[in-house]
Formats: sequence, C-alpha cells, structure tokens
Amino acid sequence: MNDVIVKMENICKTFPGVKALDDVHFELRSGEVMALLGENGAGKSTLMKILSGVYSCDSGDIEILGNHYSTLSPKQAQAAGVAIIHQELNMCRHLTVAENMFLGREMRGGLVLKNREMEKIAKTILDDLKIDISPSQVVGELAVSKQQMVEIAKSLSMDAKVLIMDEPTSSLSAKEIEDLFRIVRTLKEKGCGIVFISHRLEELQHIADRVTIMRDGHYITSMNYKDTTIDEIISHMVGREIKEKFPRVNCEKGRKIFEVKNLNAGPMVRDINFELYAGEIVGFAGLVGAGRTETTRAIFGADPKTEGTIILEGQEVKITCVNDSIKAGIVLAPEDRKRDGLCTKLSLKDNIALPNLDFLCNKLGVVKNKEINETCDKAIGNFKIKTAGLDVDAGTLSGGNQQKVVVAKWLARNSKVVIFDEPTRGIDVAAKVEIYNLMNKLKQEGIAVMFVSSEMPEIMGIADRIIVMCDGRITGEMSAEEATQEKIMTLATKFENKLVG
Amino acid sequence: MENKKENPIKRFLKIRGMGAALIAFAALIIIYLAFGLINNKVFTATNIHNLLRSMSKYLLIGVGQAYLLITGNIDLSIGSVVAMSSMISATLMSHGTPIIPAILVALAACLLAGLINGILVGKFQLPPFIATLGTMFCGRGVAYIVNNNRNTDAISSGIGKEAGDLFQNIFYYGKTFGLFNPFIIAFVVFLVFFFILSKTRTGRHIYAIGSNVEAAKLSGVSVFSTTTKAYLVSAFCSWIVGLILCAQASMGNMEAGVSYEMYGVAAGVIGGISPLGGTGLLLGVLAGSAVWQTLENGLNMVGAQVGLQRIVIGVIVVFSVLLDVLFRGGSKVKAAKKAKKAE
Repeated sequence: MNDVIVKMENICKTFPGVKALDDVHFELRSGEVMALLGENGAGKSTLMKILSGVYSCDSGDIEILGNHYSTLSPKQAQAAGVAIIHQELNMCRHLTVAENMFLGREMRGGLVLKNREMEKIAKTILDDLKIDISPSQVVGELAVSKQQMVEIAKSLSMDAKVLIMDEPTSSLSAKEIEDLFRIVRTLKEKGCGIVFISHRLEELQHIADRVTIMRDGHYITSMNYKDTTIDEIISHMVGREIKEKFPRVNCEKGRKIFEVKNLNAGPMVRDINFELYAGEIVGFAGLVGAGRTETTRAIFGADPKTEGTIILEGQEVKITCVNDSIKAGIVLAPEDRKRDGLCTKLSLKDNIALPNLDFLCNKLGVVKNKEINETCDKAIGNFKIKTAGLDVDAGTLSGGNQQKVVVAKWLARNSKVVIFDEPTRGIDVAAKVEIYNLMNKLKQEGIAVMFVSSEMPEIMGIADRIIVMCDGRITGEMSAEEATQEKIMTLATKFENKLVG
Repeated sequence: MENKKENPIKRFLKIRGMGAALIAFAALIIIYLAFGLINNKVFTATNIHNLLRSMSKYLLIGVGQAYLLITGNIDLSIGSVVAMSSMISATLMSHGTPIIPAILVALAACLLAGLINGILVGKFQLPPFIATLGTMFCGRGVAYIVNNNRNTDAISSGIGKEAGDLFQNIFYYGKTFGLFNPFIIAFVVFLVFFFILSKTRTGRHIYAIGSNVEAAKLSGVSVFSTTTKAYLVSAFCSWIVGLILCAQASMGNMEAGVSYEMYGVAAGVIGGISPLGGTGLLLGVLAGSAVWQTLENGLNMVGAQVGLQRIVIGVIVVFSVLLDVLFRGGSKVKAAKKAKKAE
C-alpha cells in the first residue's frame, strides 16, 4: 500500500464555548482520495484548517511527509506541501492565470519580471493536467470551474503533495465535475494525497478510495469506500443519541393559514410547494446551502422571485418587496441576527419601533414616543426580554435576547406567519429553550411558524412536521413521529444526480 | 507558441485597462480637434507647448493617485504635500540655501508624509480616506508653519537670486529638446513609474492587492510594504509638482495644490483607472491628464467661463466612471450567461 503522508493524532481544538474537535485522528496516504464526511458542524473544515495552518490546534500531533509539527503557520503548511482549495475561491480576478499562479513567487531577471517564462511554465503545468486554459487569460473572465482548476494548478506549481478540496463540486455542472475528477485522478497518479470534503455522497463512487467520518467534533471511523455503503455512511454520520429534552407542546392542528405554490427564485429555490396550518410548527431541515434561507427570503420578498403564488388565509397576496410582506403579516427572523435582524447600534426601543413606525407616527411623520414606550414595555413583558432598559443598544444584549427582540418587533404588529431562520445559532442552551418556548407560544396563539434549522435534534424535538430540502428543492416531508435522523439525512443528501453511472 | 506570436495586436489589446486607455486617447483627439475647429489658435505650436507644460502637473498628480487607486486606496494628502514641497524648498532658497539641499529637504518631508500614510493604511488598516484626510490637514499645517504663516518672498530676489533664477529655469521656464522642462520631467517620471507598474514585482503586487487583498496575502504578498510603496510614489510625484508650482510662481505659496488630489482622481478615472482597484494603465493617466488639460485650455481659448469649465469636467468624470460601472455590470451578465451556456 502507499505511504502515509499525513498523520494527525489526538487533535483537540476549542473555540469559545464550543469544543470543535475532541481527540480526532486523521490519516492520508499518497495516491489516494480520502473523502472526509460529516454533517455541518462536525468539524471537517476545522480539522482541515488546522492541517493547512489557518487555525492552530490546542493539542495534538501533526505529521506531514515524516516531519512532526505541534502547530503550523500557513506558510509552514505551504512549505510542507499542503494546499487548500477554498470553497470561496481566492484569486485576483483582474490578473491573468499565470500572474495568479506565480503571485508572491514571481520570477525575475534583475528588476524585470520574466512574464514569458512564467507563462511558459504555467502552460506546461496546465497542459500536464490537460486543462485547456490559456495562461494569459484574465481570471475574472473564467467560469468558476475553470478558476478552481487554476487554483489546483497553482498549488501544483508550489509542489503541493497534499491537496484539500472543500466542497469543490458544489457549483459545478456535470461536465465540469467530470473534468475536475479527471484532474483529481491525474493528481493521484502523480502521488498526491487528496482530501475531498463533500456532502454529495452519490459522487463518492466516482472518486473516493477511502472515507473518514466525523460527527460533532469526534472521529467516528475510517473505511475503504469499497467495503461500505451509502446507508452505512449515513448512519455513522448521524448516529448520535438524542439526550436533550425539548419542550414540545401538543396542539390541535387547526385551519390552513399559509400556502406557497410553485415558488421559483434562482437555482436555489426550485418549485417549492408547502402549507402551514395553525397550531403547528413546520421544520425545514437540510444541510447548509440547501436553499432554505433563499426560500425564506423569496417568500418574504427580500429577493425577487421568478414565479410562485403565496396564499394567506385563502387570499392570494402579491409580494414584490419586503413591505408587501410585512403589511400582509408574513415576517422573517433572519439567519444572521446581527447583520440582517437588528440595527445593533440602535437601542432596543428603536429596533422594536423600526418596522412599526407606520402606526407609531402621527400624520406628519413625527414619532409618538409615548406609544412606542408602551409597545416596548408590553413586548419586554410578553417575551421576557432581559435588559437594563429600553435605551440599551441592541447589540449589547445576549444572543437569546437579541433573537427575542427580532421576534418582538414583528409581533408588535398583527403578524400571522413567522419565519425563523436558524433562530438558535450561537446562543446557549438556556436561551435556546426560551426560543423553543417562544415558538410554542406562537403556535398556541394560532400563528403559523416556519422553523428553519440545520440542527437535526432540535428540528425533531420541536417541529410537528418536517420538510427536508436539498439543492434548492423539497426532497421529502414527514411527521415528527415518523422522523429519524437517517431518514432526514438521506433526504438532505438527495442531490440531483449529475453524473451518470 | 507560434500561434500566440502571430497576434501581437490581440495581445496588446488584452493588457488590462488598455481598452479604457484607448477610449480616453480617442476622446482626447476628438476634443482637441473640436476645439481646434472652433479656434485655430489651438493648433499653434505655442499653444501646444503651453498645453504640454500645464498638463505636466496633472500627469504627475495622476500617476501618484493612480498607484493608490489601483491598490484600492486613495491619497487625499496629495495637495497638502504639494504645498509642503513648494513652501519648504522656497523658504530654504529664499534664505540662501542652494537648490539641491533645498529640494532634498523638501523631498524628505514629502516622503515622510507618504511613509506615514503607508503605515496608517498598510499596517494599522485605517480606512485610507480617514488616514490621508489626517495627513492632508497636517501637511497643510506644516506648509503654513514653515515660513511663519506667510507665503515666501520671491525666490529670484535677494540673497537667493542666482539660485532662484536657475531653479525657475530648470523647473518651469527652460526648454530641453525644444520642449518645456516640466513636461520633460513629468514624462520621464511617468516612464519610470510606468515601467515599475507594468514590469516589476512591486507593480504586480500593486495590482494584486487592489484586486483581492486576501488572495494576495495568502500568496505571500506583503500588503504593508506594497501599500507603503504606493504612497511613497504618490508623495514623490507631489514633491515634483510642488517644485514646478514654486518655480512657476517664483515663490512658495501656502495654498498651492489645493484639491489637487481630486484632480489626480479625475485624471486617473478619465483614463480608465478603476476607483475600485485592481485594474488600470498608467497610459490611461497620460490620456486622462491630457483630456483634462485640453478641456481647460480649449474652453479658455473659446472664451468659456471658469464655472463652465468645472461643470464640463465634472460631467466627464462622472460619465467615465458610469461607463466603467456599466461595462463591469455588462461583463458580469455576460459571464453569467456564458456559465449558463456551459451547463
């Protein structure tokens, strides 16, 4: 068998509040493609960032091509032969292919750059990989897939022996994926070891030699791809026990409140159909990038939609901008509280008043302070927002309380449908429970609740009905009783099969 | 390989920013001919000489500012550094200091200002707008203090008369090869910085950090040293402009160079330097500063008011950036369409 070129042992890494990696092992041999698999947040990217020197680990040993390191800087990692192809490509789009490949390592004769010589070498490397790109082409004019290949060629020109590819196929077409895989096979023959992070399990059969599976910051297992099945991989990925208790409230399922028909908005929102009823919470499960956030934004009118009908209480509502949606009573608590949900430098009071100034102002547009204070006092009492006062900056509140403010501002008016996008991200357990209680309260009041979350346990614990999305499509629906982690994961990785065979 | 050499024109046109620079040259010719048809005096040799001499200031300022624009930054302190250069050299000369030490002291002061800009922006990551706003005020303050809040006396009188005459001759009134010295100086400086930007590693890094700082950093480019070099170039150009203005007026003027930094932006932008960084050619600055000066000169010759000149220039600046934005937007749409087709 081929030599082991990377060996990571007992790797631990803690971020404030989270143990991201706990005693993780990883091994890579030359001439193989190692698929690194796991759910979002399993620690795959963190592990690879440690290997490429972006993060330093708290403890553990890294061995690359026989040299031991306890910590690595990006430069050391590069010198040791590790290259990472980032998900968001890192290229200077105004420069040419050859200029990008030699950036920071330009060849010179005296003061003058040897452009022709660099282009010649670039051409040799590109030809060697059978990549049909001219080295004098400007990178910004290339398709994403070609840019990715330029990054691969760049890392080869730096003599990389370990290539990390983070979700390289996510934005590629079938033809482009085939080209990429062909290049990966060429790299294998050259003796490179390749780490391949992907959620598209169906692709593995074309490329993977071995798989390593991680879950919640732990190493689970490594196997030869030949000896396993997709079902087995999925059960390793999700095979956790759910120990937490979720405060589920049982309600009578009421009338239909909200319906979305044939919603289309770009590649990440394709033909979405679903209904929301009073007295239920509908969970939207899926992997990061499944198109759930895009769907919520399209419904809310924050992004334009190409097609689709939205029906609220039996009446079709036309939503072309956010204002239409708010007026109709459909509101969104967005994924990134600090960026999209709140004006963090304004006070709590200003934040709650902001979307409601239409009825909190008199005819001349002068703000009615007294009524704002009343509204806010009511909201603080209702949602148990912990704050020193109304004039505290919203950004200084804790994550859970910020989330409550986002919801409170919408419920100060008569909202009928509340969409939560990842409401519990980055907040502590006690605050999470308060958010669950908040959703339950809305459910009891007959408000339709759409609950987007990437954390499977909480979706299974809180939602009454679960809709799973993948690749911008709804791939399945089930009731809370039917739901298992394996079922959800299988649906969440049901990518459109781009490759035949 | 053979194939590529057959097409030098295509290769030439593909150089980044070449298209915009050529458009600026075309505009220059049209504007020049248009004014010439209205008033024949525009075509006289005297006028051409004068035009080139006046243009040299804008060319130098434009080159300096272009270095910053390409890195995605800006230098607001240019005008103040011009004043510093003018005031320091004039004060020294009017007190009897010989030319060379006088202008070298001025150079040191200017480069110091550039260095401070580079440290603030490159090292401490201050927004360039704010950092150079600070040096803009401080630089102007220095220009005031140098001669106790007064403009200097005429440099070609009193004890400095001999040196002053020589200085004025070198930097403004004299001719070499039949052209006014300031134009020769500006053109040589232009050629040197053109070479640095297009042929050396420093030049390549200047484009790289303007295009994508993160990618440049990850490739081992030092953002600090590259940024600082760009600010030093701009300070160096401002120094020469200060000397030219001093020679022209025969004295140091505390208000010299006011809003020159913006003239630099205008010359660059008209010539196709993207204010967003990453692209542009110094050749464009040559065209841009010529367009600017031709407009000023031509509008003067046809008897337009100063106010009207400003309006025309303002419209042209906005229009050339608008073109850039529309062009960029257009190419983005095209790229997306291409990608779709590939699918």
